[in-house]
Amino acid sequence: MEGGTRASGDLWSGGALALLGVYIVVQASQWEYSGPDGPGPGFFPLWYGIAILALAALLVVSHLRRAPARRNPIDWRRVARALSTWLALAVSVALFKTLGFVVGFALLTYFIVAAMYRKSLKTAALVALATGAGFYLVFEVALGVALPAGVLGF
Amino acid sequence: MEILQGLWDGFSVALAPANLLWCFVGVFLGTVVGILPGLGPPATIAMLLPLTFSMNPTSAIIMLAGIYYGAKYGGSTTSILMNVPGESASVVTCIDGYQMAKKGRAGAALGIAAIASFVAGTVGVLGLMLVAPPLAKFALSFSSPEYFALMSLGLALVVLLAGRSIIKALLAALVGLWIASVGTDLFSTTSRFTFGQMELLSGIDFVVVAIGVFALGEVLANMESREDTPLLQVPKGLKNLLPTWQDIKDCRFAFANGAIVGFLVGTLPGGGSTIASFLSYGLEKAVSRRREQFGTGVIEGVAAPEGANNSETGGALVPLLTLGIPGSGTTAILLAALVLWGFKPGPLFIPEHPDLFWGLVVSMYIGNVMLLVLNLPLVPLFAQVLRTPAYVLYPLILGVSLVGVYTVSGSMFDLMLLLVFGLLGYLMRKLDYPAAPLILGLALGAGMERALRQSLMMSQGELSILVSRPISAVMLSLAVLILLIPLFGKFNAWRLRALEQ
Repeated sequence: MEGGTRASGDLWSGGALALLGVYIVVQASQWEYSGPDGPGPGFFPLWYGIAILALAALLVVSHLRRAPARRNPIDWRRVARALSTWLALAVSVALFKTLGFVVGFALLTYFIVAAMYRKSLKTAALVALATGAGFYLVFEVALGVALPAGVLGF
Repeated sequence: MEILQGLWDGFSVALAPANLLWCFVGVFLGTVVGILPGLGPPATIAMLLPLTFSMNPTSAIIMLAGIYYGAKYGGSTTSILMNVPGESASVVTCIDGYQMAKKGRAGAALGIAAIASFVAGTVGVLGLMLVAPPLAKFALSFSSPEYFALMSLGLALVVLLAGRSIIKALLAALVGLWIASVGTDLFSTTSRFTFGQMELLSGIDFVVVAIGVFALGEVLANMESREDTPLLQVPKGLKNLLPTWQDIKDCRFAFANGAIVGFLVGTLPGGGSTIASFLSYGLEKAVSRRREQFGTGVIEGVAAPEGANNSETGGALVPLLTLGIPGSGTTAILLAALVLWGFKPGPLFIPEHPDLFWGLVVSMYIGNVMLLVLNLPLVPLFAQVLRTPAYVLYPLILGVSLVGVYTVSGSMFDLMLLLVFGLLGYLMRKLDYPAAPLILGLALGAGMERALRQSLMMSQGELSILVSRPISAVMLSLAVLILLIPLFGKFNAWRLRALEQ
């Protein structure tokens, strides 16, 4: 990733990790640190929680102290393509319960081929049909792997 | 004598028809995976791991190991023909390999890559066979403090070599430790970091994290662009793929260099095949009489790194099988696989499961022969894999990832976790956080905590037990020293320069 993007990413990721560190330390301090049988369940998490907090703070401070990097704008179109794929995947997984794996996955494939790669609707439908059927035949029929089934029974 | 007996037993295991078949499947898949840019061995092994649960463990580890070293053969194809490395260990092969292809010597470059891989890969297996048993015997004297120190040292080395920023690599490793803590603490039955979710009481499955971070993360990163890279012409016919005798003579030192450097680097946690290939290339260039021509299509510049990244496999299996300490993301997944099949890699692994160890060793010899036979005449055929359109390939990877995770537990909750870790893997790539320390932290987390707590139980709470025993004291001191390297400007500058190169 470009320097400027990464630098501002350091600030945000450092902040998020610092919050994670605080959460771990707060949680760990509620568990036994040390008992008659030795260290308790809070012992190890407390120490790595403190380490996360300290390192995240160091990351943020080193970002703030660094001279402003030459800004390379984030290519949001590229990020949007990746995040759209992730969102489509999430929707497809959510649909597994009602439509089942085969249909949900075929829809995901259709979206990727038609929307992300701008192929013709016919090509997208063919690829979606072939991959959905292929997965059903290979995993469900040939290998006997149980895939999430929907209202259609597969 | 013991080794000869082991080899004899290993041949009887590896030559069983089923194991030969799985070895072939592994090296074939590995070659295809190595050829495909954007799908690395860790992602493939993680995706296929759940499908091996119903297999015989010996056949399964033979297949997964086949993918691991097979990918290194295949990785050179795209480096030479497209200037795009199929996997990170083949980056350096682009330098001279692509130049050779542009000069019309793609066949010789592909051929020498396969031959160097075969020679050095075989030497690496020989090293594994000779070094692992005595090291395992030595490690029998290890107790909890030594194991804690060893795991700390392994993690520190991975952090040192994982990326430009040690802070980010350390943070990734610590997040891995945190993920490993999720679930029920086995010492006290306290539930930790479960967010009130029943599904998290048994912890987060390693496979879910590995597939999410490696496979999904890779697919999402690759989905950012739609461009295809042009492919150079693959020479037809075996004769055109064979280097000349002069080429072989020129590469004599490169074969030895790749084999030795690769194996030694492989035994170090954090070393990895990428570093092995760069080091052997650097060494080859430093001692060559025509060093000024490196980068313009010198055949030794292909042979040395290709040999090193294959020999590294044998080295990497030494700490994994004898100490239970993986040195990279891929070996961390292999460790998880062994544990899931009910084995405990460590000093007792070889004496308790000689069939598995020697069967694996011998299968790697056989696998290397298969790869040579596959890679020389079939390169043009394998190169056709590169013509698979991205819009077909990426949905397939997503589908196998989803099926892989669902097979582990049959749980929709795990599929949702997969989405979370997929997004995490993508963000880590974007923000330059290395994935290997996270996976290693996750693989070692439970063992590290157990070893530390057992050490403190042994000493009744005295932390000094970690430094009062010589072996653990040395290893912990080394770990601390490694993590302090960034404070020494000169060393850190050297480290950054090496990583940048």
